[in-house]
Amino acid sequence: MTVAPSGLRLRRPASRSVHDNRVALLAVPALIFFVGFAVLPLIGVMLLSFSQWDGIGPIIPAGLASWRSVLSDPALPHSLWVTFLLMVVSWAIQTPASLLIGAFLAARHRYREWLAVLYFIPLLLSTAAIAITYKALLDPNFGLGVGLGIPLLSQDWLGRGGLALGVVIFIVSWQFVPFHSLIYQGAIAQIPQSLYEAAQLDGAGRCRKFFAITLPQVRYTIVTSSTLMVIGSLTFFDLVFVLTAGGPGDATRVLALDMYRRGFQANLMGPASVIAVILVLIGLGLALLLRRLGGGTPSHSQLDGA
Amino acid sequence: MSATLTSPPNRTAAKPARRPVTRRRGRMRGGERPNWVGALIACLWLAVVMIPIYWIVITSLKSQSNYFATNPLLPSAESNFDQYKFVAESDFPRYFLNSVIVAVGTVVPTVLLAFMAAYAIVRGNGRFLRWANMLFLSGLAIPLQAVVIPVYLIIIRLRLYDTPLAIILPSIAFAIPLSVLILANFIRDVPKELFESMRMDGASEWATMWQLAFPLTRPALVTVSVYNGLTVWNGFLLPLILTQSPDQRTLPLALWTFQGQYSVNVPAVMASVVLSTLPVIVLYALGRRQLVSGLTAGFSK
Repeated sequence: MTVAPSGLRLRRPASRSVHDNRVALLAVPALIFFVGFAVLPLIGVMLLSFSQWDGIGPIIPAGLASWRSVLSDPALPHSLWVTFLLMVVSWAIQTPASLLIGAFLAARHRYREWLAVLYFIPLLLSTAAIAITYKALLDPNFGLGVGLGIPLLSQDWLGRGGLALGVVIFIVSWQFVPFHSLIYQGAIAQIPQSLYEAAQLDGAGRCRKFFAITLPQVRYTIVTSSTLMVIGSLTFFDLVFVLTAGGPGDATRVLALDMYRRGFQANLMGPASVIAVILVLIGLGLALLLRRLGGGTPSHSQLDGA
Repeated sequence: MSATLTSPPNRTAAKPARRPVTRRRGRMRGGERPNWVGALIACLWLAVVMIPIYWIVITSLKSQSNYFATNPLLPSAESNFDQYKFVAESDFPRYFLNSVIVAVGTVVPTVLLAFMAAYAIVRGNGRFLRWANMLFLSGLAIPLQAVVIPVYLIIIRLRLYDTPLAIILPSIAFAIPLSVLILANFIRDVPKELFESMRMDGASEWATMWQLAFPLTRPALVTVSVYNGLTVWNGFLLPLILTQSPDQRTLPLALWTFQGQYSVNVPAVMASVVLSTLPVIVLYALGRRQLVSGLTAGFSK
């Protein structure tokens, strides 16, 4: 996300030849839209978290009342925990899977093109469509388990807490592993072939090469991809909303759904805004943390060892 | 295939008569032996991806009674398009039209505005543009979900609630940052000499932008259009929050209500899933190469 561009800025020509200051005006329309519907709402959500609003009537300043009510609500730690679990487990499944598939796709062979086409399909479907499909596919009486004749698969997948969260994690991986595989494929294809040839001469095996060359060379891509995954799983709404609506009970009640429930179903926009601010803060914190873990800017050591 | 024929001889000379089949790969990454582990995972994942897709298609061709009677993973002997007809005769075409309006209404302005902004950021200088660039870049980190409440407030105050514009305006705003980033990276690669010669010929910045930069940026414009089109077409949260009446529904929202309404008619629901995805598949087929290369180039840096 914010990691990508810093390397590119260096390539700008040193002397720029535009004397026409009016060129800056071209950025104004885009800026107006962006400020009006993204920057102002970001400020607005902070202000709303200190007020009371039912979604229709007047907005009344309420100080810390909403914050107090949300922070003392036992539902909050639960939502945080569910969101955290979803984030960590789906990251731990998606990252190794995408890396391995990406490495496989980066090798030149006949099936690469075909595989890339087929892998992209889950990205074309809307999340609503995916959730609806899986809901029917996981039906204990008419779904996949019956089709394959495996009783183990004929469970009430969405009716039991732990299972439902597992299903959400699986579907998230189903939807996004292909995308991250393509990102890794692009990164791995950029690694200089000479590194592998040198390792080959030194007698390194495939595993060794993967851990000694491929992994270190794509570490900034791992940061980018992980940032996308982590921020993405923080804001999962559509899938959970359509698939389980937070249930059974509150087993899959993630933060974004909690916000929607409070704001648009219980008409408590103040507490809902508090959840939204918490979401923004966690997202920002995680993005900065991942950036630090990645070791600063990617520009200086893209090709080290080459 | 030409690499297949040219590379083997000297290698087979070094290691005679072993594993002739694996020699097909022109350039091998990571070793001599075929990557069985990678291939296995790739095939396994392919099955995981394709089984639900296959199931959607065969189910959409079944009749309602057939669905409960046949094996879920086998196509019915009496497959037909009756469910598609049923869906097409419902309110589906209206939802489809709504989605087209919202998608076109978002993508066209987004691409034009983002292109102009990207051009200004690359070609211009000064504090204002540097500041605008920073703002767009940090905008990538603002999650839409976190700001929907104020967006809802703004849309109500503008009296746009329950109209296509209610979805279009915030969609444009949230599509702009990534679009500017991708387009600016692309415009930076246009050789400086071309701009210089346009200036020598006395062309204004406005003319240079449309006559020189716009055609040269076409691959990136396609990437951005397809990506944003996909995002808006499949968007769920904004239509859910910013529209109310059934005749304003876009497709994902309609699928959701459809599923609640016809929960026993799974084949009809699957037919509507297929129909709602068809335009995206066409779009993807048209812009696939550019989309994939554009996105991987953008994120793999």
